[in-house]
Amino acid sequence: MTRRRALKVAAASAALPLVHIRSGRAAGKLSIAFWDHWVPSGNAVMQKQVDAWAAKNQVEIQADFITSNGQKNILTIAAEHQARTGHDIQTFPTWEVHNNADLIEPIDDVMKRLTDKYGQVNQVCEYLAKVNGKWLAVPTSSGTQYKGPCGRISILKEKAGLDVVGMYPARDEHTAASDAWTWDAHYKAAEACAKAGMPFAIGLGQTSDSVDFAGTLFHAHGAELVDKDGNITVKSDKVRAVLEYAQKLVKVLPDDAVSYDDASNNRALISGKSPLIWNPPSAWAVAKRDAPQVAADCWTFSAPTGPQGRFVPYLPYFWGVWSFSSNKTAAKELIEALLQREPVEQRCTVVSGYDVPPFTSMLDFKIWSEVEPPKGTVYNYPIRPFHKATAHIAAMPAPPEIAVQIYNRGTMPTMLAKLKSGQSIDQVVSWASDELEGFAR
Amino acid sequence: MADGTSVPIDVIAPAQVRARRNTMQRFAQRRSTTGFLLCLPLILLIAAFVIYPAFYAIYLSMLNKKMTAFVGLGNFQFLLKRHTFQLVIFQSCLFAVTSVVLKAIIGFVLAHLMHNIPGKNQRIWRGLLLVPWVIPLALSTLTWWWMFDPSYSAFNWVLNQFGFANVPWLGVGWIARFCTIVVNVWYGTPFFMIMYLAALKSVPEQLYEAASIDGANAIQKLFFVTLPMMRNIISITVLFSLIVTFADFDIVRILTAGGPQDMTHVFATYAFQIGIQSGDIPLGAADSLFMFPILAFAAFFVLRGVTRRTREIAA
Repeated sequence: MTRRRALKVAAASAALPLVHIRSGRAAGKLSIAFWDHWVPSGNAVMQKQVDAWAAKNQVEIQADFITSNGQKNILTIAAEHQARTGHDIQTFPTWEVHNNADLIEPIDDVMKRLTDKYGQVNQVCEYLAKVNGKWLAVPTSSGTQYKGPCGRISILKEKAGLDVVGMYPARDEHTAASDAWTWDAHYKAAEACAKAGMPFAIGLGQTSDSVDFAGTLFHAHGAELVDKDGNITVKSDKVRAVLEYAQKLVKVLPDDAVSYDDASNNRALISGKSPLIWNPPSAWAVAKRDAPQVAADCWTFSAPTGPQGRFVPYLPYFWGVWSFSSNKTAAKELIEALLQREPVEQRCTVVSGYDVPPFTSMLDFKIWSEVEPPKGTVYNYPIRPFHKATAHIAAMPAPPEIAVQIYNRGTMPTMLAKLKSGQSIDQVVSWASDELEGFAR
Repeated sequence: MADGTSVPIDVIAPAQVRARRNTMQRFAQRRSTTGFLLCLPLILLIAAFVIYPAFYAIYLSMLNKKMTAFVGLGNFQFLLKRHTFQLVIFQSCLFAVTSVVLKAIIGFVLAHLMHNIPGKNQRIWRGLLLVPWVIPLALSTLTWWWMFDPSYSAFNWVLNQFGFANVPWLGVGWIARFCTIVVNVWYGTPFFMIMYLAALKSVPEQLYEAASIDGANAIQKLFFVTLPMMRNIISITVLFSLIVTFADFDIVRILTAGGPQDMTHVFATYAFQIGIQSGDIPLGAADSLFMFPILAFAAFFVLRGVTRRTREIAA
């Protein structure tokens, strides 16, 4: 070896550690911010899957589980967005993809491979994560939830004559009774139960559960506050019609409904004070632990239908890669690996079916048939074809930058709260119109 | 060097070296230098965590929603036109002023009661009354929230025992406003009490004796001896509390999150809602900066009064 060649080899060896080959299959580092699951075992199974992928691909992974309590996850996202540094992969709840679109890496390639394999995702996912024709984040199962009604079988039957098990049995069967499950039927049942001293625990506060309920109520009546083009449409006959309906409904809701948060309805169900809430099966899961007799009497079923159709509140979570990530290839590969059918089903099973997969073809997991008591209680938790229902998020189809404000400021439940406090429909519409003008700046 | 002003180090005369060393020693030995150096870590912390964020907030408040263009005072103008924000200004002022006045009055009464408790017992009572102030605010507010809870309120349970109906503590605007103020008063009163107690203890006993000899009764002693001697402490305490109360976030966030119908929002909680939750950081920054002129105005007059009285006492 010549002296010149020896020098070249030495220089190349010295420079090697400075070069980072950006490939998922090469050694590298990756940090992920996952949503801290309500169900403790939800984090453990996720960690296990991530560790297995990391070992296989020789990637050093740091997984953080960030709680949504006190909206710490949203604060973390905002901080990382401002600082332009942080995790490589971030879990974006509902509106956060749009809020941070300027710093999220497009992920069309991953999305294409997943949808080619597992079928399409619903229109809410597209509305929330596809910006200017590009997928910025992949809808995930972890944390994604429906918020249809969960009711007490015996009480609804006894007080309101509503046979929820017969209406939505734990098998793929469309029933005539489900066609009769309309918003008017919902009101009549609420009224009957309220007369019996057990009002439906439906909140009119400004937190997510209240917003999701109001959103689905409005949409089922075709009432949009802002249309898809950003025009304020609150002064419409349809909005007036839904408010006329709501004027009756709010009278049979609990007196303290306006101060409900996302835990109030759960407590009302678990304590046996209320026969119906709109919530994912988390309330049932807590009841299973704390009030087994209540849990054994719970049944989750689809939303009532209205003039515009049947809409079930749906809150998806997304996994996206920050554009400042230093290991984008590995990040995308990990996301794709975690959204394969097997790991999705494994995670869904561990959390008793709470997590809803984004892909239609995955809505046949066995867990929803097996969970008990009573057997089949959450069979109708995910939307099934015979439900003839559509997933919906409040304020859709308004442009997301306006919709996020309608959602987070609780405009729709506040309209209902104002009705409950005795304001007229005209006053409520006038207030909402003023608010919406502010959102559309 | 080319400009001819520098002197090579090896040609400095020993006398010059001694003179320079003496200058450095004198500089290092100056009290102001020592004081500055000791304060430097704090100054750096304040610069990093107070001054920089404050200027950054001002910068943010002048950007458009997407933070891509400078809009000057546009966000402030926009906010002032919104009905909800007008409600926020009203509630913030109501919350801060009512809370501070109540804390000042209750703290003053408690301090006097405490001052008249003899010896060891005073220490016990003082310790007990300080408890609300030393418990982390978020924790104690959570406890209050449980007591006001919509469905399982402890207060309602007590009312029910006496045959009264439930009160929707956090569900009706004015009652919810009252609840947030009560919790703030409960938390902040011990601070006033301890400050006033310290001030009371520093009033010379001879002044009271002289007033007694002149035939002053208790109320006259209060108005002509105690209050004039405590005025500076009262002013500073009120100012400090006003700043902290105006900036309060925890109590409203935990108890009502701004509801019902936005009636309990204060600047900080509203800023969080529009800035972080709704993704409009410039508007949130503009909202939070509304506190600044109000507090600066209050601070100017309070501190001017304190300075004036200090000069009078010195003269």
